[in-house]
Amino acid sequence: MNWLWSNLDRVGELMLVHLALSVPAIILSFVVSVPLGWLAHRYRWSRGVLLSICALLYAIPSLALFIALPALTGFGLRSPVNLVIALTLYGIAVIVRTAADAFDSVEADVRQSATAMGFAASGRFWGVELPLAGPVLLSGLRVVIVSTVSLATVGAVIGVQSLGSLFTDGFQRGIQVEIIVGIVATILLALVLDWIAVFAGRLLMPWSRQRTGRARANSAEPVTEADPA
Amino acid sequence: MIEFRGVTKQFPDGTVAVEGVDIVIPPRKTTVLVGSSGSGKTTLLRMINRMVDPTEGRVLIDGTDVATREPVALRRSIGYVMQNSGLLPHRKVIDNVATVPLLRGTGKREAYARALELLDTVGLDRSLADRYPSQLSGGQQQRVGVARGLAVDPNILLMDEPFGAVDPIVRSELQQELLRLQGELGKTVVFVTHDIDEAFLLGDQVVIMQQGGKISQAASPVEILANPADDFVADFVGADRGKRALHVTEVGGRKIVVDADGRPAGILAS
Amino acid sequence: MNLLLEAVAWIADPAHWSGAGSIPQRIWEHVWVSAVVLLIACAIALPLGAIIGHTGRGREVAVMVSGGLRALPTLGVLTLFGIWVGIGLTAPIIALVILAIPPLLAGAYAGFESVDRRTIDAARAMGMRESQIVGKVETPLGMPIIVGGIRSATLQIIATATLAAYIADDGLGRFIFEGLKTRDYAEMLGGSLLVIALALVVDGGFAIAQRLVVPAGVQATRTGGLRAGPVRSRAAVGEPITEGNHK
Repeated sequence: MNWLWSNLDRVGELMLVHLALSVPAIILSFVVSVPLGWLAHRYRWSRGVLLSICALLYAIPSLALFIALPALTGFGLRSPVNLVIALTLYGIAVIVRTAADAFDSVEADVRQSATAMGFAASGRFWGVELPLAGPVLLSGLRVVIVSTVSLATVGAVIGVQSLGSLFTDGFQRGIQVEIIVGIVATILLALVLDWIAVFAGRLLMPWSRQRTGRARANSAEPVTEADPA
Repeated sequence: MIEFRGVTKQFPDGTVAVEGVDIVIPPRKTTVLVGSSGSGKTTLLRMINRMVDPTEGRVLIDGTDVATREPVALRRSIGYVMQNSGLLPHRKVIDNVATVPLLRGTGKREAYARALELLDTVGLDRSLADRYPSQLSGGQQQRVGVARGLAVDPNILLMDEPFGAVDPIVRSELQQELLRLQGELGKTVVFVTHDIDEAFLLGDQVVIMQQGGKISQAASPVEILANPADDFVADFVGADRGKRALHVTEVGGRKIVVDADGRPAGILAS
Repeated sequence: MNLLLEAVAWIADPAHWSGAGSIPQRIWEHVWVSAVVLLIACAIALPLGAIIGHTGRGREVAVMVSGGLRALPTLGVLTLFGIWVGIGLTAPIIALVILAIPPLLAGAYAGFESVDRRTIDAARAMGMRESQIVGKVETPLGMPIIVGGIRSATLQIIATATLAAYIADDGLGRFIFEGLKTRDYAEMLGGSLLVIALALVVDGGFAIAQRLVVPAGVQATRTGGLRAGPVRSRAAVGEPITEGNHK
């Protein structure tokens, strides 16, 4: 534990760096995925294409993607931008499918009654479909938060600083505590971001709180997902 | 013969589904348990093949307490037909019908030959044998369910709202079919429904159950109409209203039978 | 594009196809370790998932454990076991098994849970023993989702086995770490392409397997059969799978 007290500054600094890597990737992937998911929901032809691409992307091992990406984008191997792009791609791979399901889950009756009430297509999206798809979208976002924060650590082996640097450093110098601190810090970070997402969800979607039964079914079990390591 | 002696069932969450039931179900007859939901009729039915065990009292089949029988063997000796047919979706019609005989160790060839015969018995074309349940209509699925229930030629056939999920026309077809079958086979049928018309149509004995799992009256349909045990029964069977409260009016010299609303039900045959 | 060509040239170089640390040897190591890990993890997680899914007991615990394990950073687990157990294959195998359990467990119990309760009730009423219900009803009907879990776990294992080369002299990841050390990008990229190819081939195999295990009678219900994609995100959403099957 002495190690932690004498290195508190470094851990704090790496946490911030870690946030700077994962938060942009999480937000970007969410912003890109929602329209893609809606597209997949709305048009049958695009569904197969989009979901197949996502499945392929998802199958690619992260370390291999981190290394292969610079060959396509031109960013340096050790550039944080490279890592953010890769993490964003993984996030998209997860959320697009969830988003398509989320829009599917909006009942046709509700959608039709909205149209019948005189909502235009765009108004219907913002006023009816998006809010009602919200709880499922949130569950997808939560999966991505946990996996992105965890995945970002892998960048350490190619030299991108993050909490993962505590793993590589601790391993090379044989300091067990350093690795354990790294693991705990990573999990804490994921939990805090997850909590923020849930809290924001409650603020934005107050109606979903009452439907605990349904909300549970939607969000309580984002577990079948494996993280691409 | 099936006997319930002082049978009570209280579920772990405290709800009493069946309370102090004493009843005798005669052999080779159809007994219909009828009541609204929550009257414990399905629970009562499921105690016969030990899908549910009573908390008090005994259930006897031909004098033997079912509690002394091993549940799996007991269930294999009793036919069971449920709503939505309960067919195994990943097995073909023929495999579904042959399931229980195969479980009991009957040879494959014999089990399948018997299954094909049963399709004839329940009025299904043999060409359906290789279909999957999802490829059949609701009525056909129920027929397969009945064939499966008859597969081991059981003395007892339990039917839990078997025609509840099909449309009225198909239901009436299936009811007639069951009457025909029962005329040929003479099983001890215990049939659960919430439809009093179905109960009166099919039952030799009708058992009317009320909320809380108590029996209000158990008698033949005629007896129930003639002597309803209490107001609940009278109200439940609708003895004083609608299409059961018939009376005769004379129109042009002929005797027309009309119901409580004045709608004609038929002509009085001399 | 030049970089990619160099990597392809590196892969095609005959010198890399024989001797110690050759491409075939690394592929073999990678596949072998992944298979061993998958077998061990399946032996632990599938029966457990079957029990949880069949009885419904311990479900909350399973959700928590597999959710919690998911947040574990793989690199942290690998390096920690590397320090505890020492250099060699034991550390990565233990770490990989731990990391493979959550998707397997989740797939197994989700698969069992997805089976219509009424079908199970009917099977019991017909006189099937509990073991027969598990073997003849729940397993075949839940198989597509169970295989989905195995697919997720396998991808995870292949990916993490790459990373495991950081602490052990094993698998295709060695090319990546050797390339990193010698600043040989062609080797790194070549190794990465091989890993990607391996993952995609295996994933494709599972995609086919997943279609094959959909029971014929169930397939007949849905136009076009079960969706081609991996079931994991659908399971992640939780609701659609169970509801879809109950209709």
